[in-house]
Amino acid sequence: MKYVDEYRDPELARHLAQRIAERVEPGRHYKFMEVCGGHTHAIYRYGVQDYLPEAIELVHGPGCPVCVIPMGRIDDATAIAESEQDMILTCFGDLMRVPGGRGSFLDARARGADIRVVYSPLDALRLAVDNPDRHVMFYAIGFETTAPSTALTLQRAKADGVTNFSVFCNHVTIIPAIKAILDSPDLRLDAFIGPGHVSTVIGNRPYEWISRDEELPIVVAGFEPLDLLESIAMIVDQLADGRAEVENQYARVVRDDGNPVALRAIADTMTLRPWFEWRGLGSIKHSALQVSERYADFDAERRFSVPGVRVADPKACQCGEVLKGVLKPWECKVFGTACTPETPIGTCMVSSEGACAAYYNFGKAARQRVELKVKTHT
Amino acid sequence: MTDRDIEERVEARIEQRRRAAQRFSDERVTMAHGAGGKASRKLVEGVFVPAFANPALVTLGDAGIIEIAGAPVAMTTDAFVVTPICFPGGSIGELAVNGTVNDLAVSGARPLAITASFILEEGVTADVVRAEAAAMAAAAAAAGVSVVAGDTKVVERGKADQMYVTTTGIGVLDARAQLDATTVRPGDRVIVSGRIGDHGVAIMLARGGLEIEADVISDTAPVWPAVDALLDACGASVRWMRDATRGGVATVLNELALAAEVGIVLDEHAVPVQPAVGAACELLGIDPLYVANEGRFVVVVAADAVDAALAAMRSVTVGDGAAVVGDVVADPPGRVLGRTTFGGHRMIDMLVGDPLPRIC
Repeated sequence: MKYVDEYRDPELARHLAQRIAERVEPGRHYKFMEVCGGHTHAIYRYGVQDYLPEAIELVHGPGCPVCVIPMGRIDDATAIAESEQDMILTCFGDLMRVPGGRGSFLDARARGADIRVVYSPLDALRLAVDNPDRHVMFYAIGFETTAPSTALTLQRAKADGVTNFSVFCNHVTIIPAIKAILDSPDLRLDAFIGPGHVSTVIGNRPYEWISRDEELPIVVAGFEPLDLLESIAMIVDQLADGRAEVENQYARVVRDDGNPVALRAIADTMTLRPWFEWRGLGSIKHSALQVSERYADFDAERRFSVPGVRVADPKACQCGEVLKGVLKPWECKVFGTACTPETPIGTCMVSSEGACAAYYNFGKAARQRVELKVKTHT
Repeated sequence: MTDRDIEERVEARIEQRRRAAQRFSDERVTMAHGAGGKASRKLVEGVFVPAFANPALVTLGDAGIIEIAGAPVAMTTDAFVVTPICFPGGSIGELAVNGTVNDLAVSGARPLAITASFILEEGVTADVVRAEAAAMAAAAAAAGVSVVAGDTKVVERGKADQMYVTTTGIGVLDARAQLDATTVRPGDRVIVSGRIGDHGVAIMLARGGLEIEADVISDTAPVWPAVDALLDACGASVRWMRDATRGGVATVLNELALAAEVGIVLDEHAVPVQPAVGAACELLGIDPLYVANEGRFVVVVAADAVDAALAAMRSVTVGDGAAVVGDVVADPPGRVLGRTTFGGHRMIDMLVGDPLPRIC
C-alpha cells in the first residue's frame, strides 16, 4: 500500500534498531512512556519491541480515550437513552462494550434502548436531520484529536438550525493527564513518546514544561512502526547527549503551533470543566471540556436530567495503576482471568488501544520472540 | 518469585481459562453473540452443545458426520440475514447456497442436495423474492446441487428485514478425505485458498455511510472444485480444512490451534489481500484477518505435499489465488502468532466484539 508500506520497512527498522542499540548506555535501564493509546496499539500490532534492546521498557500511558471514561458516565448516558422518549444515542463502535455499573451500551441495546454506532459526529447530525421526530444524542469522547470534529458538528448544527440534536460531552485534555502521571510518586520515567494526533491540534509548545521543569525528553511521534522506532532513537540520542528537549518526529503532520482553526472551533463550542473524573486516575482539575454557554441548546447535560452517577471502580480492577504505568497489565489481579476482552471489568481491556487489551491480544508473542526466532529459523 | 515467574503463572491461568468449557452467563443475547468470535462460542458451547449433546455435534466442525446405510454423510445448516440483501458480487440467495455447500466441501463431502426455508417480511416486493429465487437456482446449478425441499413463512412488517434464508445441505463424505484436526502436527503448512477480506469489505461498502469508494466484489463462490482438485492431488496429506467465514482467517486458525494442540505462525506478508481491501481496512482500523469471507477456505497440508496442493488449488478458478501463509509449530500450543510485515511478532487471537454485524 503506497504511503503506508514505506513506514513499515523492516530494512529501515534494522538500521534504527542498530542506532538505538549503539547509543544505549550499558547497564542502564530505560523507562519511556508512550502517552497515546494509538502508539500502544501500533507497538503491539507490529511487534516494535522486537527491535529494542532489553534495557528499554515501554510503559503505556493514559492516552486511550475509551479507557479513561468512568463507569458513571456510561450509566448517565444509558439513563438518558432509556428514559427519554424517541431518543437515539449514537457513539463510536469501541464504546459499545465499555462496562458501566448497569452493563454496557450493547446490553442497554439488548434491553431495548436505541443505540447506534456512527463513524463521525457528522453522521449523528445527519441522523438527526433524517429523523426530525426523534432526538439524536452523540456521546462524544476523545482527547484534543477528536474534539475538533465534535466542535465543527456543533457549529454546523447551530448554523443549520437543527433542534433535535445534542452532544453528551466527555472530551478530555492531555496535559493535565500527563501532569497527574508525573505527580504520581510510584513511577520514574526517563522520557515521553509524545502523542502525535493530539499534537496536530495543540502543537508542540504545550509540552515545553516537561523538558524545562521536569528535565525529561519528549519526542512527538507518528503512528507507523518506523515513526515509533525513530522517536525512540531520538530519545536515546537526547539522553546520551544529556539533553532534555521537545522534539517533533511527526513533522510531516504536526506543526509547532498546532491547528489554529481547530483550536478556534474548540474554543467557540466548549469550555473547560472545573473538574472531571477519570477512570482510575480520580478527579483531575481542568482536565475536560463541556459544551459552551453559546451552544447550551446542544448540551445533553443541560437538556436532559442527568443522574450524575458516581460508580466506584470495581475493587479488583487496577486500571488506575495500569493507566499511570505503575503496574504492567499482567500484574493486575484480574488480568486475563476475570477481566478479558470479551468480559472486561476495566476499560483498559475494552478498547484495542487499551494497554490490557493490546497486551492480552499481542503481548505474549513479544516475550516469546527469542525462543520463536530460534525455532522458526532452524 | 521473579517477575518472569509471576508472568508465567498469569499466562498459565489465562491458558486454562481459554481452554475451559465455555459458559453462557450473559443476561441477554447481544449482537456480539452473532459475530462468530468468542461470544458466539460461549453461546453455542454454553447453551446449544450441552442441550443437544451427541458425538456428531461435539467436534463443532462445519458439518456433522452421520452414517446412513453404512455410508458416512455430512449434514449442515446455515441461516442468512445479510444486509443489504444485494451487494457487489452476490446477494442473499447466492450466499445461502454457497455458505452451505462450502461447509460440506471443507468437511470433505461433495455437496448433493440442499433445502431452503424463507422468512419473508410483509410488504417485500415480489421482484425481490423472484430475483433471490433465481439467484439461488443459478448458484445451486453452479454448485451442482438440487434444492429438494423448502418452506416459506411471512412475518409482520418490521419483524424481519425483507428476507432471511436458511439452507440445509447433505453430501457423501469423499473417500479421499482423511480430515481430522488431531492429525495436524508441527512442520505442516497452512494455505489460504485466495485473497481474503473481499466479502466483508464489499458488504461494508455496499451499506454506504462510510463514504469510501472502491470496487470490491464479494468472493462468494462454491469451493468444492478447489477441494476436489486438492483431494485428488494430495489425498490423506490434506489434514484439515475450514471455510473462513465470520471471524475470518484469524478465528478459524485459533480454533485449529486449540483443537490440534499446536501453535501456528502466520506470515503476514504472505497473506493475500487486494490493495483496495487492505486500504479500506486500514482506514477503518479493521484487520483483514478478522474479516468474513464466503468463498475462501484455510487448509493444512503435510509439508511434502505443499507444492502439489498449491498447484492443484490454483488449477481451478476458485483457488487460483491460493498461497502458503504459515507454519504449524509445537510451541506455544493453542496459540496463533503473526510475523508482522514490519519484521516483529504479535499474538493473533480470536475475534472479540463485532466489527460488522449481519455479514451473512
